[in-house]
Amino acid sequence: MVILFGMPLVQVLLFGFAITNEIRDAKVSIVDPTPDVVTHAIRNKLFASGFFIESEILNSQEEISENFRKGESKMVVIFENDFSGKMERGEHPTIQLIADASDPNTASMLVNYSNGIISEFNRGQQASSGFTLIIAEPRMIYNPALKGVYMFVPGIITILLMLVSAMMTSISIAREKELGTMEVLLVSPLKPFNIIAGKVIPYVLLSFINAISILLLSYYVFGVPVKGSIILLLAESILFIILALSLGIFISTIANNQQTAMMLSMFAMMLPTILLSGFIFPIENMPEVLQWLSLAMPPRWFIQIIKSIMLKGSGINYFWKETLILAFIAMVFIVASIRKFKIRLA
Amino acid sequence: MSSNGLVIEAENMVKRFGRFIANDNLTFSVSKGEIFGFLGANGAGKTTAIRILCGLSRPTSGKIRVAGYDVYTETEKIKRRIGYMSQRFSLYEDLTVIENFRFFGGIYGLKRPVIMERSHEMLTRLGIIHFENTVISELPLGIRQKLAFSVSILHTPELVFLDEPTGGVDPITRRQFWEMIHEAAASGITVFVTTHYMDEAEYCNRVSIMVDGKIEALDTPERLKTKYQAQNMNEVFLKLARKTN
Amino acid sequence: MRTIFYIMQKEFIQVFRNRMMLPIIFLMPVIQLLILSFAVTYEIKQIRLYITDIDNSVASRSLLQHFRSSPFYQIEGESKNAAEGMENIRKGTVHQMICILPGFEKNLAKGVPAKVQIINDAINGSAAALMNAYTVSIIGNYNQGIIAEAVPEAQPVVKINWLYWFNPELDYKTYMIPGILVLLVTIIGMFLAGMNVVREKEIGTIEQINVTPIKKYQFIAGKLIPFWIIALFDLAAGLLMARFFFSIPILGNIFLIFLVASVYLIVVMGIGLFISTVTNTQQQSMFLAWFFLVVFILMSGLFTPVESMPQWARNINVINPIAYFIRMIRMIMLKGSGFQDIVKHLIYLALYGITILSLAVWRYRKTT
Repeated sequence: MVILFGMPLVQVLLFGFAITNEIRDAKVSIVDPTPDVVTHAIRNKLFASGFFIESEILNSQEEISENFRKGESKMVVIFENDFSGKMERGEHPTIQLIADASDPNTASMLVNYSNGIISEFNRGQQASSGFTLIIAEPRMIYNPALKGVYMFVPGIITILLMLVSAMMTSISIAREKELGTMEVLLVSPLKPFNIIAGKVIPYVLLSFINAISILLLSYYVFGVPVKGSIILLLAESILFIILALSLGIFISTIANNQQTAMMLSMFAMMLPTILLSGFIFPIENMPEVLQWLSLAMPPRWFIQIIKSIMLKGSGINYFWKETLILAFIAMVFIVASIRKFKIRLA
Repeated sequence: MSSNGLVIEAENMVKRFGRFIANDNLTFSVSKGEIFGFLGANGAGKTTAIRILCGLSRPTSGKIRVAGYDVYTETEKIKRRIGYMSQRFSLYEDLTVIENFRFFGGIYGLKRPVIMERSHEMLTRLGIIHFENTVISELPLGIRQKLAFSVSILHTPELVFLDEPTGGVDPITRRQFWEMIHEAAASGITVFVTTHYMDEAEYCNRVSIMVDGKIEALDTPERLKTKYQAQNMNEVFLKLARKTN
Repeated sequence: MRTIFYIMQKEFIQVFRNRMMLPIIFLMPVIQLLILSFAVTYEIKQIRLYITDIDNSVASRSLLQHFRSSPFYQIEGESKNAAEGMENIRKGTVHQMICILPGFEKNLAKGVPAKVQIINDAINGSAAALMNAYTVSIIGNYNQGIIAEAVPEAQPVVKINWLYWFNPELDYKTYMIPGILVLLVTIIGMFLAGMNVVREKEIGTIEQINVTPIKKYQFIAGKLIPFWIIALFDLAAGLLMARFFFSIPILGNIFLIFLVASVYLIVVMGIGLFISTVTNTQQQSMFLAWFFLVVFILMSGLFTPVESMPQWARNINVINPIAYFIRMIRMIMLKGSGFQDIVKHLIYLALYGITILSLAVWRYRKTT
């Protein structure tokens, strides 16, 4: 019981704080054969940005390779010899950036950031030349601070609802089957519907409480807003919980023991939920086949709905389609499990 | 093996689980070659006692020696000299008969040819040599129980513990099972068997009857029947059970 | 030694006889590697753009032409009404809107800074930052073009050039596949080894083993070695696939990879085993294992850079075996790091393995 309530909360806290794609404090080494005022000015500008921290001063280009292989820095900034001298003579000295692109994502971000900082330095130098140019004015809407939490909270809610609802139901029903207690219930005068409902309702409550506590946590601890209607959000959550439960029941009608139910839940649900739902990785970047596959993943639709309600403050008219899809998938699973169930009884 | 010919010596054996006393001051001994019946209703504390004697569970107090070794400090030496057939069926259901023999023989350190020879001999005697390569889960319960017993004496222990070996088995198989027990005893293996079928007590040399964690009676079946003026062991048991309630 | 062999033999028979388990062990990794390596990408292939050009002048059209001709941008819609663009962002049909306000051309001619608004859907913060950077850099290039036209000799004061080492194409798969291999090996190791012991507890066969004179270390070794071999086999299959199907270079020594993997597996299996000694049912151990696995994976730097985590989270990673292995396998495969480069991590991992295994052996009780 403690696990069921505690685990989701610990995970939300841990991930909310720890997981981010932003670059901060990336280790950068410097090769600066002739340090002078200008190179120091540029270095200071780089390290003042907060993206980088200085790792080592290397003496020669040869040391770079070893430095990378040991993983001591992510990028090396190389200043040309006699930097300020060349600048005074109008010779345009070069700064070379070498990024460890074994992590391509970080590497390209690091290069982009330093590029921007050095360009700014250039612009400062050129300002005197008196050009007026086009100025880009970016605006980040829905998430002005570009917080990673905004991305992760909807995903984590989805995963946990899926885990608790679907996995728990499938395992607990499979357990009753394995121990033979299911037969006892089936010969009793209770209707199969009541039996299933009785098994499932505790998990509905449990999942619902979990969902609410995650929402509270993300609102008060991480400042993730709920811009839209809370009632709508809860209603959609209930729809998703029902879907997850019906999936769980369906799995339990196929699996004949706990281990099978677990493995099925594990591989059939967890992976797609994490990877094909747009939780971490944007779906539109995937190959076409996987994009098609993701259409069948309920979490994908649910994550879209949560994001619309929480972060964009949209109403039902923006995601009635997604809602219908979820309802439809839930119906399919319910019908399929009732079928299976009847066959078994006959 | 101790010098006095006693395979099990238990003096004031106590096992508590919190405030519940599962074994209350049990004192008894079993001599070599004996078939010792350990009788009692479900929940009387039989399995607890057997688990202590096998070294699976540590007693709360009491002086207990099995095969001449102390159950507190020499459990591993005891384990080399005993066999155990647990109440829950404990062969691997997804392995074949011969694979089970090979595995358990192997972990007792028997050499491969020895395992093969003994298991063939046992299977032939049981008349089920044709099931050699059948997966256990496909065999009926009676045969499985006989196999579990065979596995527990595969390494020719001095002493074998059988916990409810005949539970859920039909009367004919039960009779055959007891024949197996007698054969084992004749070959010099001491048998310590628990059961709640009182008619089976007649097959034992001596029986002890446990009620609510205590040994209420301990003697040969004949003498117990005379003492309690009963036709059979079932009556003896009922009289004892009523007495305590 | 013979005893260990008998246990191993039994485990292998059981694994190969289980119809459910066999595909999970041997087919799942392949499928996962295929799906995961294609699914897992941050690369932005296309930006869905909405254009609101209220100025609609020669200058604005000339700037926008740069976006129209770029393969990076897919123009999803165009109007003079910014609200319509916002609506598209809200619906999720576009990522970004470029809005050129009236007076753009006039300002440019007058020498007043001409503003271009870029509105990003920032729910996925890192993707938004990248998309924004692309767009800003296109505008920057356009600016450079204007300068070059006006003053041909003008050049930036400091020139910048950059190189991407180890992965010049910035292929994300190259980065992810070693990590995914780690994941597969981990799941096999932790779950199979962990669930296995608790399963014997649940069905009761462990009693039968506990009454035998078998030594604790023999039992544990016999349980671990088969899954250790299976996991290494899976790793080999995965490496072959990475090399020949995905053409991922393996710069370092392949034996070093296996050495690291062998040590690493001891750690994860030790954890799995430890979990199974403290739990009584498969359900319990499954949840515990799942909890640790998810925490370890998400914090390991597999998907997100470890460097950006706060210090306390990095401290937690000291006990995260996955983080060690991922770092090492990436170093060896992609950068060709040698034994000396990773020896520090490897020793640490080995100590970790010894500790957790001793803990598991100590916690496993033959007598309760």
